Amino acid sequence: MGLLSDPNRRRALISMLTRLNTPICVLCYFAGVCWFMGLAFEPFTLRTYMSENAMGSTMVEERFPSGERALATGREFAAHKKKVGGIPVDWLVKTMQARGLEVFTQSFSRTLPFPDENKERYIVKGTNVYGILRAPRAPRTEALVLSAPCSPGDQNNQAVGLLLGLAHYFRSQIFWAKDIIFLVNEHDLIGMQAWLESYHHTNTTGMDWSPLQGRGGSIQAALSLELSSDVITSLDIVLEGLNGQLPNLDLANLFYAFCQKIGVLCTIQGRLQRNDWDSVSGYSHAVQTMMLMVMKQASGRPWGDHGLFLRYHIEAASIKGINSFRQYKTDLTTVGRLLEGMFRKLNNLLERLHQSYFFYLMPSLSHFVSIGYYMPAFGLLAVILLLRALDLWVLIANPPAVTADGVADLEQSSTGVLSVLTPLVISHLTGAALYILPTHFQEIAVEHFPVSETEAVVLTAIAVYTAGLALPHNTHRLLTGEGTEQGWRVLKLVAVLYLAVLLGCTALINFSLGFILALTLVPVAALVTPHVPKALSAVVLVILSPACTLLFSVFFFQELQEMPVSFQEGWLLYLSVISQGILDHYLYGSLVYPLVALMIYPCWLLFWNILFWK
Amino acid sequence: MAAYRCSLCARLLLLLILLLYALVHSEEIKQGNIHHVSGVNKPQTPAETVERPLEERQWEATEVNEAVSSDAAAHLLDYPGPDSVLTSTPQLKDDFREELVIRPLHSGDIYASFQFRTVWETDFTRGSKVSHYRLFPKSLGQVISKFSVRELHISFTQGYWRTMQWGQPYLPSPPGAELWVWFQDTVTDVDATWKELTNVLSGIFCASLNFIDSTNTVQPSASFKPLGTANGTDHRFLRYATLPREIVCTENLTPWKKLLPCGSKAGLAVLLKSEKLFHSSFHSQAVHIRPVCQDWQCKTTSLELRQTLNVVFDLHTSGQGKREWSLFKMFSRTLTESCPLASSSKIYIDTTDNPQEEQFELSPATPLLSQAVVLGDRRTFSVYDLTQQVTFGTVRSLNVLIRWKSTEGDMLRPLLHAERYVAGYGLQTGEIHTLIYNNHPFRSFPVLLLDSVPWYLRLYVHTLTVTSKGKDNKPSYIHYQPSKDRIRPHLLEMLLQLPPHSVTEVTVQFERALLKWTEYTPDPNHGFYVGSSVISALVPSTVAMSTNITQEQPLFSTFFPCKEESNYFMRVYTEPLLVNLPTPDFSMPYNVICLTCTVVAVGYGSLYNLLTRSFQIEEPSPGLAKRIANVIRKMRGVPPL
Repeated sequence: MGLLSDPNRRRALISMLTRLNTPICVLCYFAGVCWFMGLAFEPFTLRTYMSENAMGSTMVEERFPSGERALATGREFAAHKKKVGGIPVDWLVKTMQARGLEVFTQSFSRTLPFPDENKERYIVKGTNVYGILRAPRAPRTEALVLSAPCSPGDQNNQAVGLLLGLAHYFRSQIFWAKDIIFLVNEHDLIGMQAWLESYHHTNTTGMDWSPLQGRGGSIQAALSLELSSDVITSLDIVLEGLNGQLPNLDLANLFYAFCQKIGVLCTIQGRLQRNDWDSVSGYSHAVQTMMLMVMKQASGRPWGDHGLFLRYHIEAASIKGINSFRQYKTDLTTVGRLLEGMFRKLNNLLERLHQSYFFYLMPSLSHFVSIGYYMPAFGLLAVILLLRALDLWVLIANPPAVTADGVADLEQSSTGVLSVLTPLVISHLTGAALYILPTHFQEIAVEHFPVSETEAVVLTAIAVYTAGLALPHNTHRLLTGEGTEQGWRVLKLVAVLYLAVLLGCTALINFSLGFILALTLVPVAALVTPHVPKALSAVVLVILSPACTLLFSVFFFQELQEMPVSFQEGWLLYLSVISQGILDHYLYGSLVYPLVALMIYPCWLLFWNILFWK
Repeated sequence: MAAYRCSLCARLLLLLILLLYALVHSEEIKQGNIHHVSGVNKPQTPAETVERPLEERQWEATEVNEAVSSDAAAHLLDYPGPDSVLTSTPQLKDDFREELVIRPLHSGDIYASFQFRTVWETDFTRGSKVSHYRLFPKSLGQVISKFSVRELHISFTQGYWRTMQWGQPYLPSPPGAELWVWFQDTVTDVDATWKELTNVLSGIFCASLNFIDSTNTVQPSASFKPLGTANGTDHRFLRYATLPREIVCTENLTPWKKLLPCGSKAGLAVLLKSEKLFHSSFHSQAVHIRPVCQDWQCKTTSLELRQTLNVVFDLHTSGQGKREWSLFKMFSRTLTESCPLASSSKIYIDTTDNPQEEQFELSPATPLLSQAVVLGDRRTFSVYDLTQQVTFGTVRSLNVLIRWKSTEGDMLRPLLHAERYVAGYGLQTGEIHTLIYNNHPFRSFPVLLLDSVPWYLRLYVHTLTVTSKGKDNKPSYIHYQPSKDRIRPHLLEMLLQLPPHSVTEVTVQFERALLKWTEYTPDPNHGFYVGSSVISALVPSTVAMSTNITQEQPLFSTFFPCKEESNYFMRVYTEPLLVNLPTPDFSMPYNVICLTCTVVAVGYGSLYNLLTRSFQIEEPSPGLAKRIANVIRKMRGVPPL
């Protein structure tokens, strides 16, 4: 700090920073990207280890015997489901009661803001059935949850069968210290949302649900089970939850430990881990796995029924059974034993899971990247914004011989401040329009155009977004006349700092989202001035805008999943992703859509504004 | 028999000697009379003061007598009656009865409730020193006299009573430990006495009662009235505390068993094997001490000690699927004798729902039946009298067996039940919801709700709402005592009228306090407990509710639904709450301290420095030579350099 308090040296430092600004920024950008890519390289990552002592060395024996019976129950469930044409409430209640559980039902209904075309639902009415296994001699203060969705068609029947089988087996054991709630939820996430909101008596999304009759105290952990075949080849764990929240890493460790112990193949992002980390293909495998996690986390949507638990500080994960064409098959007894083992260890918990990491990325199930390792990648990108801001600040303070006397300078800076406010307000109003208009004007749109409601919402969103491109620079010209040199500098300074704060906060909550946005928006923020060639820059700016980032992400994600799509399909997918994003916000309270519409997009509009300053 | 008669003769002889002695020292007796109005200890006082060796010998003799002739005890009933025995040992009028009630529950589980009652016609209140104990445990007697306790109720419970499946318990108790005590109005410093008493009880029962301090003690104004004979209800002499976290185990059972006159050597107490008692769904043991009337006129009081133990065995974990219960299966023991010191020793089996044995069958069959109104319901019991040799049959052991026939296990709809939970998410605020269900089809009744909430949940009392059937339900009485940080908890008592067939919801919001770092428990991420709410109610009886009373009864007797048992008192405890408080990361205090200090010292300090100071370039101070030159130039009158 002596460096900064000495005016001479300070001047020297600043002049160096302004002189070398561009090279440093370029260096930082590439260093950030390289750091990020390096995260997947195995020698740079840590091996996972169990932090929680209560789950570590305690011996647990798994004895679940009745996988065949669970399958039979699953078939019976399927038959009843087909007969009723929905969740067979009476049958489930009777079956759970026969297994010695306290059984309750909950009905809920929800009218979506616009029809969900992916799942073909608009007005959703359903019932959740749950049974509580009361732990002997425990005062109903703690609970664990095992849930299985009652999906339409032939999906997840085995999961419900196994859930009932486990309930029966667990009931005859004496060692439970926490109540265990066995939940069969209808309409996947909507049912889960209704149940959780009712359990915690909150209402964040305007759903109608009937109050719950039975509770088990504070829920410590939850597992959601998805199984659609009688035998499986591997188990996949899904961690990404609402708004990119992740469960404590110990839950993933627990799953991994039991897969190793019982000898079940386990995957994350549907990918096995490879041992050849030193080969190029091994490394690219790890990068792809990590990138999949980053993309899923950045989307901010719950990727399984577990995703909604995380809001309530309940550690949760989804376990999916996958049946592919591998030779080695695992039967339901083994899966049951695995779940039994996990539940017994969770039952042993004395405290909530808190020992291990909450912020991490996983290039494979056995390795993880903690927040301390991945944050520098983002930091290097964010530093560019600060350097540009410093450069601008210096330029504004000592304008390079534009005016001779200080009076004119003063005048200019005062008009600068005024000229900053107008674009700020206008771009935010555009953002607000992007947030509000699509859902509120769907009826009008449907009346006047030959489109469905969903299409109307998505197309309105795109229309507002595009209209925003024309709006701000015209209006500012109308209001303040010709923009001055000083004016755009002040505006850019404000915009750059605004973006830095915005991205910094986003990255703290959801690193993946922050990083992806930084990757595209930071070059825009760094490069844009009114003096660059207009047409070319405009194209670059549009390509790097949030909407196009989303489009590229869709293609990239499909590529990562090894399901490449043509441009036509990709475009349709893109439209459905937009509608899903808006739905996620209204149904579950996902924050990505409001964040983009109300903050990121107006911020990008400011840069767009600077480009067309003159 | 002969031995018994001999001992009787010996006792009569002793009595005669004593009487003679007493006549000689009549003045002393008068003094004794003044002190002991009850007259119970009349002959004891001289014996104690003067003839100590004599008395001791007599006691030994009695004991030997009891131990030697166990037949004698069995034959007591044949003899003119136990009264005669009591009069023959007139030192202490005390009486011990033991009882086991077994109730087969709808869910297939089984509920066993032990009650051991010792009544002692003595009075600690008069300031006399009682040092002679027979059936009454001395450890408790000393506590009562030392701390001037009028009533004492203590319970240790592991598990939560499932009202929806099991119906009402005979004696309700909250999970964990509960202690409430009425002190004599002669006690001057109640708080200090209470503190000392909890520490002493902590030692007696091997429990963590010493954790009871002012932060979890309250003085309920209405919910806990004395259960014995007392007319003073000034709640300044009442203290109530619960420890919801207390875990009950063998170490608490052993001292509890030691308080019994027969220990666990004979009588019903032989069944109390810890390995079976703790292999159950619910376990609760309690000690209740209160003054009761000696006779119907209630001129004098005696002290009643009631030890109860309730346990529910689970069908699924120990039944191997067979719906069949026996004493052996429950307790891994059978009964062979009653406690010789007990004046009555009985097993009751609740057979109300089973008049024609359509639900379960009971063996061995017993001809004895008994009826009682329990919790507003007329119940029928099959009775096994253990003092009768016949009960044990030819194998000289009793193993009551209950075999279920039907397999239905539907949920019950108890007239009154309650539940409680914490609503909301996040670690800043929350809301406590208490739901009270009145399932009576047409009667409304009042309940008293008592909530004691620790100080670290700061209740927002202005958010207190009471709603039933969607309408505001205004409590007719509210007693609220705000908390003081680290000193006392919140106390909220309300009198509510529950409309018929309704759910009443009481909600209050709270803020979670940030504790000082030494105040966290060793496992802060487990959460902090809030004790059960207590709901005390006068519930309309089901006898009055039943509609098919017309059968077999004269019409004139059934017009008015009110009977003497039309209301009964009931207490319901809700589940305790586990609340997470904002918790710092204790796993890396050193790192945290280092980081914070560095950030504050380096980052903030220097930035502040840079921002608040203005920098100016200053000429370096002139050298020594220059200064001297300047002084000279000044003297010369020339301008300085």
